[in-house]
Amino acid sequence: MFYREVGDFKTSYAADQAIFPIRQDRWFMAILLVVAFVVVPFGVNDYWANAILVPFLVYSLAVIGLNILTGYCGQVSLGTGGFMAVGAYATYKLTTAFPELNFVVVLLMSGFITAGVGVLFGLPSLRIKGFYLAVATLAAQFFLIWLFNKVGWFYNYNATGQITMPTRELFGIAVTGAGTSPVVKYLFCLTIVALFAWVAKNLVRGRFGRTWMAIRDMDIAAELIGVRPLFAKLSAFAVSSFYVGLAGALHFSVWFGAIEVTEAYSINVSFLVLFMVIIGGLGSILGSFLGAAFLVLMPILLKNFMTEGLGMLAVTAKHTEILLMGVLIIFFLIVEPHGFARLWQIAKEKLRLWPFPY
Amino acid sequence: MPIWGCRMIEALYNFFIDPFVRMAADFPIFFAEIVISGLLAGVMYSLVALGFVLIFKASGVFNFAQGVMALFAGLFLTGFMNDFGIPAWLAIPMTVAVMVATAWLIERLVLRHLVNQEPIILFMATLGLAYVLEGVGDLIWGSDVKLLDIGIPSGAWDWALDSVGIYVEKIELTAAIVAAGLVIVLAYFFQYTRIGRALRAVADDHQAALSVGISLRTIWVIVWSVAGIVALVAGIMWGTKSGVQFSLSLIALKALPVLILGGFTSIPGAIVGGLIIGVGEKIAEVYWGPVVGGAIENWFAYMLALAFLLFRPQGLFGEKIIERI
Repeated sequence: MFYREVGDFKTSYAADQAIFPIRQDRWFMAILLVVAFVVVPFGVNDYWANAILVPFLVYSLAVIGLNILTGYCGQVSLGTGGFMAVGAYATYKLTTAFPELNFVVVLLMSGFITAGVGVLFGLPSLRIKGFYLAVATLAAQFFLIWLFNKVGWFYNYNATGQITMPTRELFGIAVTGAGTSPVVKYLFCLTIVALFAWVAKNLVRGRFGRTWMAIRDMDIAAELIGVRPLFAKLSAFAVSSFYVGLAGALHFSVWFGAIEVTEAYSINVSFLVLFMVIIGGLGSILGSFLGAAFLVLMPILLKNFMTEGLGMLAVTAKHTEILLMGVLIIFFLIVEPHGFARLWQIAKEKLRLWPFPY
Repeated sequence: MPIWGCRMIEALYNFFIDPFVRMAADFPIFFAEIVISGLLAGVMYSLVALGFVLIFKASGVFNFAQGVMALFAGLFLTGFMNDFGIPAWLAIPMTVAVMVATAWLIERLVLRHLVNQEPIILFMATLGLAYVLEGVGDLIWGSDVKLLDIGIPSGAWDWALDSVGIYVEKIELTAAIVAAGLVIVLAYFFQYTRIGRALRAVADDHQAALSVGISLRTIWVIVWSVAGIVALVAGIMWGTKSGVQFSLSLIALKALPVLILGGFTSIPGAIVGGLIIGVGEKIAEVYWGPVVGGAIENWFAYMLALAFLLFRPQGLFGEKIIERI
């Protein structure tokens, strides 16, 4: 009744090509952004920022990155953790080598460095497909983590082998380091994520996105209609790695502040991000956010429910948590293999006809 | 600059020439020892890779839970033996029964509902399955390290040590013999039994198999049971070697390069791939490891497999991918 495109006349090509062609969608988005930027910061405390909001935003960015590669271009990658580590270490090296450099520039450069590394490890994709490629990207995961562990130059030869983020300021306000206020952390991540989600949305519905999807749907057919597989696949790897690297940079600098590479960027992170992509929905930017939100919130809720609600021991609760995560993942795959994005789509279709579905 | 140049040349020498010089210098005994221990380690990887291949062949599912299944089987075996004092000859059939029951449950609760889904969805489901099996195993038996002793001899093989001077672990030798036996049994099972023929039919073409009256569901239960038994064997070998604990499930990661090297669909590929990876890894560790700072075993196998893949994208023995529009 309220949600429909009837009466929403488009008088220009620009209006027809808009990201949200339906007026109600635009309002909804505007309200969401206002709430996220203006209302939420009043309620943010340390726990909310560090345990829920910032992780959600950082993972969203990584999930968008992997979704571009896996969901839009059809190349399965299990090297996400390794690429996040590249972003983190690039940030660390750049910001310690050039302390005067603006932090945003550092973040962007880390993204570009990761994009370069991503292209390098994307080269085999021209020859290898499917699960062979997925396993091949594990080479990137293990090699990169080993490299950052072994070569002292990357962690400035310090004794612990950890990297720690020094305080960096933006407009005179500290955005990283120990004394950063949770509100600043949240707003900084939110700004970057909102901006790059917008860029990603436009990329995937433009020329790039269409070449990626052509490759995904059938690479030989795509080649015959004039898509260059070399360019399409490598650009997908580059853009995807840029996002993942940026997420890694934020993960290290804003969220954690100090990181031990084997723990923070292990293969479990790669799987977690891939889960978020699948549960959110392959080939959907909105799904990326939903998937990230679900898998950030779910373990916290499960843990709180079991330790406080049922009074379980911490050890038992941890095992049960693993078990339940597995059950939930299988359950969601069975119920809706196309993820939350598909559910959202169905809801919208229903809403269009509501309350007269005939 | 000259110092840089010298160090550069030195590094290049260490990397490209020195390893081969050393290989030649201690040629007969030490080199043979490395190759043999590599081969035997490779057999251990093959044991895990075999389970992957079985399931991939019959259902096209890339079963990431294979490593956890080895852990799961190991946990039940040690649980039966250590907690209940059941002797090994009885505990092993009991664990086999557990694995068959697990296979039946997996088919019933997971696979049946995911027929015709994209391969990546099935892969993700097996990842979820890995979590479930790990959680169940830990909840029942606890997550501390358990010792597994079913009477496999350990220590060095005296005869080889005395007469040739080569150090060979008895457990690895046993694993090699068991693996050989397992491959012969599996080959016989696939080639000459009625069920084996049905399995090959399913691997060849799901629909055609269905149309001649082969029940896919039964076949899947059988395949997952066989994979479970292979996992039990792998669990016994690895568990005897290094104790039954969570890290046992990580051997799946060791088996993956073996798998892509040999090809996802080939049982001989799993064995040959395992041997190549095992030997390559040992040689690289001994001769190149010190040059680059050690601990390269995590990624070297992957790089080796990647290099092979660039020449044969479907693995050594995999089915050739023919693409049409």
